[in-house]
Amino acid sequence: MRKYVPAAEVNENITWQDIAPGGEVPEGGTSDLFNTGDWRTMVPTFIEEKCKQCLLCFPVCPDSSIPVVDGKRLDFDYKHCKGCGVCYKVCPFGAITFGKEEK
Amino acid sequence: MAKMTEIRWHGRGGQGAKTAALLLADSAFNTGKYVQGFPEYGPERMGAPITAYNRISDERCTVHSNIYYPDYVVVVDVTLLSVVDVTKGLKPEGAIIINSGKDPEELRPLLNGYTGRVCTIDAGKISTEELGRNFPNTPMLGAVVKVSGLIDEEEFIEDMKGSFKHKFSTKPQVIEGNMKALIRSMKEVKGL
Amino acid sequence: MSIRERLSGNEAVAFAFKQINPDVMGAFPITPSTEIPQYFSQYVNNGEVDTEFVPVESEHSAMSCCIGAEAAGGRAVTATSSAGLALMYEVLYVAASARLPITLACVNRALTGPININNDHSDSMGARDSGWLQLYSENNQEAYDNMLMAMRIAEHPDVRLPIMICQDGFITSHAIENIELVEDELVKKFVGEYEPQEYLLKKENPLSVGPYDISPYYMEHRVSQAQAMKNAKQVILDVSAEFAKMTGRSYGLFEEFMMEDAERAIVIIGSSAGTAKEAVRQLRAKGEKVGLIKLRAFRPFPMEELGKALNGVKAVAVMDKSEGFSACGGPVFAETRSACYGLPEQPMMINYVYGLGGRDVRVESIQYVFERLSEIIENGTTGEVYRHLDVRGGEYSGL
Repeated sequence: MRKYVPAAEVNENITWQDIAPGGEVPEGGTSDLFNTGDWRTMVPTFIEEKCKQCLLCFPVCPDSSIPVVDGKRLDFDYKHCKGCGVCYKVCPFGAITFGKEEK
Repeated sequence: MAKMTEIRWHGRGGQGAKTAALLLADSAFNTGKYVQGFPEYGPERMGAPITAYNRISDERCTVHSNIYYPDYVVVVDVTLLSVVDVTKGLKPEGAIIINSGKDPEELRPLLNGYTGRVCTIDAGKISTEELGRNFPNTPMLGAVVKVSGLIDEEEFIEDMKGSFKHKFSTKPQVIEGNMKALIRSMKEVKGL
Repeated sequence: MSIRERLSGNEAVAFAFKQINPDVMGAFPITPSTEIPQYFSQYVNNGEVDTEFVPVESEHSAMSCCIGAEAAGGRAVTATSSAGLALMYEVLYVAASARLPITLACVNRALTGPININNDHSDSMGARDSGWLQLYSENNQEAYDNMLMAMRIAEHPDVRLPIMICQDGFITSHAIENIELVEDELVKKFVGEYEPQEYLLKKENPLSVGPYDISPYYMEHRVSQAQAMKNAKQVILDVSAEFAKMTGRSYGLFEEFMMEDAERAIVIIGSSAGTAKEAVRQLRAKGEKVGLIKLRAFRPFPMEELGKALNGVKAVAVMDKSEGFSACGGPVFAETRSACYGLPEQPMMINYVYGLGGRDVRVESIQYVFERLSEIIENGTTGEVYRHLDVRGGEYSGL
């Protein structure tokens, strides 16, 4: 049995002996390990009190960064939101604002 | 090296010369021999001259070339005599077997000075009389076995009975005609 | 007890597939390999196998189908020739680099042009750097035997590479010859089940395959793949030894025929090796010290082993059934000569490109080559190294 290096421990120091054959990734949910949110220069903000939970925003998010639990959307997953602004465009109720990211 | 018999078949695309070569290989195989049966492939063209080959031996033959110095040549279509140099490389101690109703010596002048045995078999006539159609394969096969002595005749007839039964399991009415054609051809081949 | 039969090379491969009963066949017909999926589809239709037969619309799709099936955890097979293999080219690399042990029956045929349906090795030789294992077969028996061993070699955890079992189009694929078949039960036991450690449909553990790779990782993946190809040599030998125990038929990385005290030798691949054996036998009967080496594994290339086998031979002709257009010889020559570089007793070596597009290779053709080797030894120099055999206007062994 091959022992794979866990994805969380794979970095640019890994040797050819330890790297997974074919680059296969034998575990799920590894995107959680990568903070792609820091690619963002614009950022959406969720105004909860204006939200009617119409859920038009969550299916258009290209990065699955609008978590929905029990039929209700929660605040943004900023670890993966890239700030494209599509959610801001579709929201009919002004429940999402969009502005410059301040870091 | 055990004695090997090499046979070259000449026919026309669609006439079944390749099938006849494979049938001969089958029969020889069934009587315990090592066999090769293969056609010379090219674009499939109905009516164009085609060549097929057999090697038959008591040991496995490793050669995978065409046959240039055959022991026997079989001509399934007599009209090829004026088109193809059918006796090219044919060993004088061998024989040529031609599908024709003529006497062997009538055809010899068409054979580029071949000095060996010339045999003829009227496969078309036998086939038409016994099978009602011109399927020269079965009589040609019978003639080749008779002339070459490659396979014991009794064994050959038994084997062919078996393969016809298998091959024509859905139309058993043609088995008898094929067997008759086979046995007649072994009797009627001229030039032995 | 083995089963005595007579089958063509294509029939033998289709029969091996039937005995193996793979999970998926993705195939698109092309001469001269068409009969393999054709016969196999009858087995599928008759319920003799429970393979999912996927009649795709191109060879690119055939290989892509195999890649998907193999990644999912199934055993996938296909068959092709010539332009069909060329159309698979892109995805051959995907299969190999994703480390998917797919099995491909390659019935070798020339590549265009001019258009030709007959045999040479230019199709599989063109794919020699794709990362596939390549085993070549002299006759129907070897095509069958190699196929029974294919998956054991390819799927081995030290290897995990796709495998191409090659045989010569028409010359063996369409020639009926005697063959010894192995009983179904023994085949089933020998080949076993495909049990990859990780696969797409493994519900306990999700898997991603075929990712994008950035420069800091790509080279490590390629070296790991290269190591797999090196590992394959020992696995081929081990699986072949086990096969020999079952059948009595022994195979190595190459076959040495009458090489013990040979002063002149040829290195050759495929059906013409059989014809060349007859030439060697005839010359040996006259007391001439000649021999031949028939390569079975071209990928992995048995570099050290071949060098050892050729050390001390006075003159060697390497036979290439593909024109590599390198302006200095074919691929088998390049690698064989490389294998002999630095040997203590390095042979003089020439290259004959031969048998292209079905040009018939006769016993006399090979005898002609041995005569040239005699001249080389006599003269002490090779003369022209890169030659063509049986070509009008050039060297012709005549009839």
